Amino acid sequence: MSEAGHKGVLDWSIQPPYLHAPYVATVRRAPHHPLVPLAASLMERTGPVYGEGDIGPLDHDLTKNAAKNGEPLGERIIVTGQVLDENGRGVPGVLIEIWQANAAGRYVHKNDQHDAPLDPNFVGAGRTLTDEKGFYRFISIKPGAYPWKNHFNAWRPAHIHFSLIGRNFSERLVTQMYFPGDPLLEYDPIYQGIPNTKARSRLISRFDLETTQPEWALGYRFDIVLAGYDQTYFEPGGH
Amino acid sequence: MRAQYPSQTVGPFFAFALVREGGNILVDEQTLGERITLKGRVLDGDGEPVDDALVEIWQADAHGRFRHPADPQYAQADPHFKGFGRSGTTGEGFCFQTIKPGPVPPSPVPCIAVRVFARGMLIHAVTRVYFSDHDNTQDPVFAGLDPVRRQTLVAQRCELPSGVVYRWDIRLQGEGETIFFDL
Ligand SMILES: [Fe+2]
Repeated sequence: MSEAGHKGVLDWSIQPPYLHAPYVATVRRAPHHPLVPLAASLMERTGPVYGEGDIGPLDHDLTKNAAKNGEPLGERIIVTGQVLDENGRGVPGVLIEIWQANAAGRYVHKNDQHDAPLDPNFVGAGRTLTDEKGFYRFISIKPGAYPWKNHFNAWRPAHIHFSLIGRNFSERLVTQMYFPGDPLLEYDPIYQGIPNTKARSRLISRFDLETTQPEWALGYRFDIVLAGYDQTYFEPGGH
Repeated sequence: MRAQYPSQTVGPFFAFALVREGGNILVDEQTLGERITLKGRVLDGDGEPVDDALVEIWQADAHGRFRHPADPQYAQADPHFKGFGRSGTTGEGFCFQTIKPGPVPPSPVPCIAVRVFARGMLIHAVTRVYFSDHDNTQDPVFAGLDPVRRQTLVAQRCELPSGVVYRWDIRLQGEGETIFFDL
């Protein structure tokens, strides 16, 4: 995506391109110029730091954080995993924010016009921080698939949106977690926008019997490898 | 080495999770520095405003210090300024209430790091914004950019009765396309 010789944070053999015509909205939003290589300065090697004070006690539990008069409908799930850097080290203190549709495939967002019921006990937003070894855990319900207008009979596979803010400005990822065995993945231009199959498949969580809690909830494991400048590396004087 | 995970679009329905009330206000009463409003639109290839984008900014405090341990002056950073903000682009576009950052050596001029996310973008775009009342050619990054295209990174200062406003549009595509970086 940019000049040869610049070793940037992002690996463009893995990351999706801006223009992926089957995903129609990319056509008018994809930059046409190649990216310009940027040698990170102190600005890109620093970033917001989050602590326990930024997170409420129920923020990670989407089955409770918006409950009004009962539990949300749907299949209860536990989603857990470890955030790692490219050297395989756990990344602590990552702010993970997630959002999703309810079990019927409907978002609370005002622009979601899908004719499926809202759930009075479910908003579908949560946040947490990774622990000192990079682990995180959310409790939620399995989101439903939902239609969109990209092409005739287009349906998004069930997914949970993930936003990660790591140790500095360069360590940033917004992605989506999918579920194993979903037949819609094959037809989804967003998922298929990732240039290689191996990279794509990393976004599919794994059913995990060890995480599954008897008589209570199914467990899914989703580890995430976050690219970015190593915070321990810093050239005095910036640039 | 572990392979990094691929990005996916933020989609159209992120606001209820990511855009929190006050998330675009970086200052409190005690924050040091010149109060500014940084505002503008995100425009698509047809020049139409994108009303479902998310813009994030990261900047130094009024003395050019980042509130982050990698900054050697971290301990002196303004405790009333975190430096991170988020704004959706519904309606008028994005808008941040912040301060003019101090320059960060070796650059003698200030700038702000910016990231844009949107439906129709499978991966975010990284850019920077500089200020029209500085000689930005003194900045080592700005100086190395195409002299015509780099004007897309300069916010225009407007002194209004309500305060100082810097106007800056982000053009995703087409004429006047903003410079985006491979970080
Ligand atoms: Fe979605």
